[in-house]
Amino acid sequence: MHKFANPTQFMRIANAIYPWIAGLCLILFAAAIPIALVFSPPDYQQGETVRIMYIHVSSAWLMMMIYGIIAANSAMFLIWRHPMANLAARASAPMGATFCALALVTGMLWGQPMWGTFWVWDARLTSTLILFFLYIGYIALSDAFEDSERGDKAAAILALVGSINVPIIHYSVEWWNTLHQPSIMKASSEGIDSSVHPSLLLPLFLMMGAFTMFYFALLVLRLRSELLAAKIRNARLSQIAGHAAAQPAE
Amino acid sequence: MTRKRRRLYFVLLGLLALSGGLALVLTAFEDNIVLFFSPTEVAAKPVCAQRCRIGGLVANGSVVKEGERVSFDVTDTVETVSVKYVGILPDLFREGQGVVAEGKMTEGIFVANNVLAKHDENYMPPEVADALKKSGRWKEGEPVPVAVVH
Repeated sequence: MHKFANPTQFMRIANAIYPWIAGLCLILFAAAIPIALVFSPPDYQQGETVRIMYIHVSSAWLMMMIYGIIAANSAMFLIWRHPMANLAARASAPMGATFCALALVTGMLWGQPMWGTFWVWDARLTSTLILFFLYIGYIALSDAFEDSERGDKAAAILALVGSINVPIIHYSVEWWNTLHQPSIMKASSEGIDSSVHPSLLLPLFLMMGAFTMFYFALLVLRLRSELLAAKIRNARLSQIAGHAAAQPAE
Repeated sequence: MTRKRRRLYFVLLGLLALSGGLALVLTAFEDNIVLFFSPTEVAAKPVCAQRCRIGGLVANGSVVKEGERVSFDVTDTVETVSVKYVGILPDLFREGQGVVAEGKMTEGIFVANNVLAKHDENYMPPEVADALKKSGRWKEGEPVPVAVVH
């Protein structure tokens, strides 16, 4: 794991797998969008509204996974001081916030016709809203200090503290009475059980795969440009230093 | 102990303490976190003297509609609460389906001013639902046996 802490090593691997991730993302989206939004059958009680679920569940899956990645990277940054882990966490945060917002909005659009309300303060919805605030707080805190290293540390601590919310979101529908339905997938001894018919589960899996690949492809792009920006900054600084040495200030 | 080791233990211990504390808080506030009470809880505790929400299944054969006036029973198969409501019901509302009603207990009847439908975790095409019902392997409102769907 520690060898990925070296930016050059990391980017060599990331650049090598990037075309594969991006290609897979395109293929999955090309399959998922028509199947999920047009060709899959409607649901027996929701009708066509079920198609919102494909976007909703995929976004919700990513908002959880990305927060997990941010929390793990924050721990690595705090414990081993790997700057690469910090970069990965910071690059992931806006994407996580976006998918969290998407999950909230698609859920509300689905809730109005199905439940009869956009919003209730049940445990699942409230904890998801808290996750959104954690994302926003993380982004704001990491940029709130003059000294960027202090901001990195403060944000990493916030990310770790907030990681408690992830299992709460996941289990909220089991621990408390909620309006939100229970999980549609349950891990059991024989693998993953689902109460979703295969004809509706296939488009969901395709969409989740496409979303996941999209995130990883964007992450590589963001890290690449982040590292290049750092290189440019360093080059500029040394240029200015050289300039200043050669020519005293006017 | 190296500094890295010490930081690792500090992070682990911090997370452990935090989740322990939070678990106590969440347990203590359980009655405030649940969105609704079941008819059994309503019967056992005076939880609905003030405004509250109750939830359960709409009892089969209990729905009576007169224009916008509706009355139905909410059941958790042990206890049942009679509900009165005036207003528009959500699309998913029907007998055997999960429901959450917001209102107040008055003289043994729950007077609701808002009714929400609870959606279950079963998703399938209409043809599959019809086939399952026809073969008698599943009734609406019951959980779909996973083995049947696959």
